[in-house]
Amino acid sequence: MQTLNVLIFVCTAYALFLFFVAFVAERAAMRGRGKWLRSSVVYTLSLSIYCTAWTFYGAVGYAARSGFEYVTIYLGPTLVMIGWWWLLRKLVRVGRTQRITSIADLVSSRFGKSNLLAVGVTILAVVGTTPYIALQLQSVTLSFEAFADSLNQQGEAANVSESTALWVAMGLALFTVLFGTRNLDANERHHGVVMAIAVEAVVKLMALLAVGIFVVWGLSGGVGDTLARIDASEIGKWQVDGGRWATLTFLSAAAFLCLPRMFQVMVVENSDEQHLRTASWAFPGYLLLMSLFVVPIAVMGLERLPASSNPDLFVLTLPLSEGQNALAIFSFIGGFSSATSMVIVAALALSTMVSNHIVMPLWLRANVGRASFSGDVRHVVLVARRVSIAGVVFLGYLYYRMSGGGTALAAIGLIAFAGMAQVLPVLMGGLFWRGATRVGALAGLTVGFGLWGYTLFLPSFGEGAFMPRTVLENGLLGFAWLRPQALFGIEGIDPLIHAVFWSLLLNAITFVTVSLASFPSPLERLQGAQFVNALQQTGSARSWSAGTAQTEDLMVMAQRILGASEALQFFRREAARQAGGNARPGKLPDPTPDFLQRLERELSGSVGAATAHAMVAQIVGGASVSVRELLAVADETAQMIEYSDRLKAQSLELSRTAEQLRAANEKLTSLSVQKDAFLSQISHELRTPMTSIRAFSEILRDTADVSREEKQKYSSIIHDESVRLTRLLDDLLDLSVLENGQVNLNLRDGTLREALDKAASAAATGDESPAITILRDPEQESITLHTDFDRLGQVFINLIANARKYCDAEQPELTVLVEHNDLGVQVDFIDNGSGIPSDAQDLIFEKFARVSPQRAGGAGLGLSICRQIMERLGGSIGFLPDTRGAHFRVTLPMVAPEHLAESKPLVTN
Amino acid sequence: MGKRVLVIEDEPNITEAIRFFLSRDGWEVFAHSKGHDALEVIAHRKPDLLILDVMLPGRSGYEILRDLREQPEWTELPVLMLTARGQAKDREMAAEAGASRFMTKPFSNSDILEAVRELAPV
Repeated sequence: MQTLNVLIFVCTAYALFLFFVAFVAERAAMRGRGKWLRSSVVYTLSLSIYCTAWTFYGAVGYAARSGFEYVTIYLGPTLVMIGWWWLLRKLVRVGRTQRITSIADLVSSRFGKSNLLAVGVTILAVVGTTPYIALQLQSVTLSFEAFADSLNQQGEAANVSESTALWVAMGLALFTVLFGTRNLDANERHHGVVMAIAVEAVVKLMALLAVGIFVVWGLSGGVGDTLARIDASEIGKWQVDGGRWATLTFLSAAAFLCLPRMFQVMVVENSDEQHLRTASWAFPGYLLLMSLFVVPIAVMGLERLPASSNPDLFVLTLPLSEGQNALAIFSFIGGFSSATSMVIVAALALSTMVSNHIVMPLWLRANVGRASFSGDVRHVVLVARRVSIAGVVFLGYLYYRMSGGGTALAAIGLIAFAGMAQVLPVLMGGLFWRGATRVGALAGLTVGFGLWGYTLFLPSFGEGAFMPRTVLENGLLGFAWLRPQALFGIEGIDPLIHAVFWSLLLNAITFVTVSLASFPSPLERLQGAQFVNALQQTGSARSWSAGTAQTEDLMVMAQRILGASEALQFFRREAARQAGGNARPGKLPDPTPDFLQRLERELSGSVGAATAHAMVAQIVGGASVSVRELLAVADETAQMIEYSDRLKAQSLELSRTAEQLRAANEKLTSLSVQKDAFLSQISHELRTPMTSIRAFSEILRDTADVSREEKQKYSSIIHDESVRLTRLLDDLLDLSVLENGQVNLNLRDGTLREALDKAASAAATGDESPAITILRDPEQESITLHTDFDRLGQVFINLIANARKYCDAEQPELTVLVEHNDLGVQVDFIDNGSGIPSDAQDLIFEKFARVSPQRAGGAGLGLSICRQIMERLGGSIGFLPDTRGAHFRVTLPMVAPEHLAESKPLVTN
Repeated sequence: MGKRVLVIEDEPNITEAIRFFLSRDGWEVFAHSKGHDALEVIAHRKPDLLILDVMLPGRSGYEILRDLREQPEWTELPVLMLTARGQAKDREMAAEAGASRFMTKPFSNSDILEAVRELAPV
């Protein structure tokens, strides 16, 4: 009882000592002193939480049962530390740049901030870690019992052991709450906790070494003797099982990377990447020391202690049985240290995950719109974190109570390892493969977790506990290939190897296949690039002291964005402001936060706030650009591209409109000029015949001696000129009527030949124009039409008369070509003259346009009238600029549309 | 032999009417109907008076008159311009080109006669 009391006292004192260490470290960190807190030694020692009570006590038990196989548990982390140094560096770099708070956060962050993934990993971690916490509580209780047993005080011991676990759990929860949630550091670093763990690391190593030294030199009588004993024992005859060795080494390596508590100390609590360099050799050294005396203790325990005693407690019971109480108490403290440090960090890591990924999202969802000020949320986060810590520790306690503490310690540890190892494929894929997707990660994790639960976790509770005996023996639903420990009919392997093999293999296959088949979101792509290329980025912050170089860089960047002179002006202004108005010319401003802020504002006018911030941050250093900022940059860029696209489209439209306006204006101007020209033309056309009429009328009236012939001749002139006047007025009237749509068509059946015959003969008679040969093909022209033949004839006459007037060939010829199909007829009039000048071609159908006024007989209304007529008849008339001579084409339907005859007025200009 | 008048006018009927009443007034009347060779015809006929239409095939009356006035021997030749376009603009252009008198078609025969007598008194 005395010893037991001493033990309780020492325990309490030790716990208080740890509280004190944590408190001092925390204080030092808060005051900004304590550089030693962030030394590589502390970092390396904190990694030792890998060595839990399981390693402290269990390794000896493991060696006693399975010989040298326990080495694999140390071999895995050693290989990772030495061989995969670069992988750890990448992990730490990513963790720092992305401000990762836990392994769940890492996976979630890598795959597009998927909260579903975070929840999955969190659950996996809780399920995998709870038995482990139970294991620590059990080890403390067992070690307590061992003391009690050795003192033959069983009556009280039962009581003590009942309450030990609860007291320990409560104490640990309190410690973690106190030092784990003192403040919500953005980096989630806990100097007090880390320091306490480093101290515990030293204590447990010392304790184990002390027991080892006692065993080798105190009991066995030296190194040589010990080696001889080992050779003689069962352990020495033990054979290596290659499959198990490989599996266990791999498993412990995977666990070293994936266990939440390892991630916490290795990545989250890391303050300097360079610490990894020290840890890469120092931590394997620590592990070597931890494992050095395992076999001697096991051998000696088997030799000296009764067969019924638990090999897991040899470290404790050996000194006790030898009456070395002080050593036993030291050993107990070592085990206690291993257990408590693990529980503290595990609870810390798990509570971060649970509160960040499960509690907070739920709370926020339940309080949409109410979390209006940050203090509110901060408080909630703290409470959530504390409740989570208590919950996690309590869960471990519950598991301990329910499992009854019967299972071998090592078995629970390995099961937990295998569970967390399911995160490995996703973690590796996320860090090294850009093609990995969120859906793939989810699928892989689900398959791996499911298989682990089915093949290892559930059966581990024993037959009938969670898994019915029938399922174990006959497979799920009676399918033999679904037997949990012989999947797909592969039997006779160690259940652990079997489970690890199937769960990780199918996990990885599912992850890769689904990733290949699915399409990552933009955020996932971006995050993927960030993670995979983590080492290419300049993660290490540039120092603020390199002032001028930075300012020059900023200047170069600003010039590129603002323009050379604007940037120069801005920098001069800033330099003057800093120097109080008397700056040396050419002096650049110092990169003070104030200056940087103004520069950022200046830049953001041009490139957007996020981009400006990212650019300045990139040059000045400090925190590297976060994904959120990059996304904002991308958004801004997209907006700018869209904006400039819109501008481009608008300016294109504007220039098109301007072009149309210019064309319309040109046409209007031209029309206006034509109208003026027409007015004088019409004046000329009217006055000319009137002049003749008046002049000869006056001659006839005023002259007495006009001969009879002269009288006759002059009267004819007066008559002809009157007719000419009338014809001109008729044309004007005709055009006016056609343009106003008031024309009545006289539709009837007839042949095209008939119309052309009439027109040719009409055009041939009359005025003084030279004769023209008309070449026709009567065969083609025998087409029956339903149209207004008078109007059509008018068009044909006009075209033939024009050819007569304007064709300048020596022997003028006009070819008339007819083509037709079911819909309509096409009549071409092609002469052999020199054609119409190209600049006049657009105007010939306009009213009063005459290509060569001096030669014109009419008023320039002919083609205008023709166009109006053809429109009324449902056809068209056009000029074809293809041939050498003038080429007009008349097209008209076989049947003129009735409704067009009375259509609304057509506005032509 | 009376004085010589040259009529450059593309409408044969108008030329015919002018010839009728000027010859009865004692003028020797020459007629020409094209613009492009008008200057040669003038040089050839050496008229005492020129009656010139504005709208002529080949060359406008204004152009002919402008070129004519540049030749020293024709600066003093009386020129009566006739035009069927009676706008103020036409009157200005005629004056600029160097016309002695400007008359709009249709005209009264007696007005022409009067103008001719004034411009080239017998």
